Amino acid sequence: MNINATLFVQALSFAALIWFTVRFVWPMITNAMDERTKRIADGLAAAEAGKQSLERSSVQAEEAIAQARGRAAEIVAQAEKRASQMIEEAKVSAKTEGERLVAGAKAEIDQEAARARETLRSQVAALAVAGAEQILRREVDAKAHADLIAAVQKQL
Amino acid sequence: MAAEAPRNASEYIGHHLTNLRVGEGFWALHIDTILMGWVTGLLGLGAFYLVARGATSGVPGRVQGFIELLVEFVDDTVKGVFPGDRKFLAPLALTIFVWVFMMNAMDLLPIDWVATLVGATGLPYWKVVPTTDLNTTFAMSLTIFFLTIFFSIKAKGAGGFVHELFTAPFGNNPLLWIPNLALNIIEYVAKPVSLAMRLFGNMYAGELIFMLLGVMGTLAALSFGGMLAGAAAGILYWAWGVFHILIILLQAFIFMMLSCVYIAMAHEHH
Repeated sequence: MNINATLFVQALSFAALIWFTVRFVWPMITNAMDERTKRIADGLAAAEAGKQSLERSSVQAEEAIAQARGRAAEIVAQAEKRASQMIEEAKVSAKTEGERLVAGAKAEIDQEAARARETLRSQVAALAVAGAEQILRREVDAKAHADLIAAVQKQL
Repeated sequence: MAAEAPRNASEYIGHHLTNLRVGEGFWALHIDTILMGWVTGLLGLGAFYLVARGATSGVPGRVQGFIELLVEFVDDTVKGVFPGDRKFLAPLALTIFVWVFMMNAMDLLPIDWVATLVGATGLPYWKVVPTTDLNTTFAMSLTIFFLTIFFSIKAKGAGGFVHELFTAPFGNNPLLWIPNLALNIIEYVAKPVSLAMRLFGNMYAGELIFMLLGVMGTLAALSFGGMLAGAAAGILYWAWGVFHILIILLQAFIFMMLSCVYIAMAHEHH
């Protein structure tokens, strides 16, 4: 056997190498690896969260679009209703206006006719009186028979 | 082929298997074993340290990826053996694996190149593989042995440790105390001895086969038949080298694995 003090030196070397690895090498490498594991886990979690929020917001967007679409349809329907209402109103007002104009014209015509009739009547009366005057010039004093003439005039 | 032409095969082999020794008797030191141990340890774990210092938690480069692969491999191996806190055991396993592998890998250096290089420096001997020196393998296995006892006492207390020496594995009957103790002593001795001898034996035998093939190669200079033998030796040298890559890795792994198993067993209560 060739055992000698070299054994102690080698044991010390071994112990020094163990100490070196335990103290420095191993923690440094495993720390880096653990940190990477954590970063990957965080990244995956973030990606998952992003995916979820994307899903949520796309649902929200769809809701908003549906709402807007409904609102637009409502507005269009309202506008149509309003338009038909306005047309109806316009029709009604035009009709009443027409009727009013017709009524006004009719009244004027009546008035005109009445006036003409009045004029005619007074002219006929004057004519009659003139005729009668011609006839009665000789016998009838116009002044004396004024009552009579007025009565005739009234009867006409 | 060797630095100073060996007169015969036994001298050639003896030359390769002698340590550079300083001092006499028990207090002698094998300078080559110690220095090669430091060089290989610093190369192996220094590379780990350099990578660890620049380690990023972002996207790792190829070198960092390789280092992390090894670290993860060792960590998983230790996890499979020992369920507890691996803050000490896993780096211990990594140290064993890397250092033993690096020391074994010195075996792959062509032995005659080393001999030539050493001959050029004027040193009489230089055994390049520290694990072919029993001092190295026993230094490691005895360190593991003391760690085993330390962790056993730490896990069970001094009383529990002594109690177990007398009561396991057969049971707590006063009649069985002596057999229990005897068996435990055998077990405690067998563990470091087998651990050290296995690694030493494998590496020593591997180195010896390289040397025998080297001796066979020297026949090439003698005759035509010798040339054929030399060519065969060259091919066999290459084939054994390839096979040896597997052996050095396997021995490093076995040493690491058994050390972990022994320390894990020390934590178990019987």
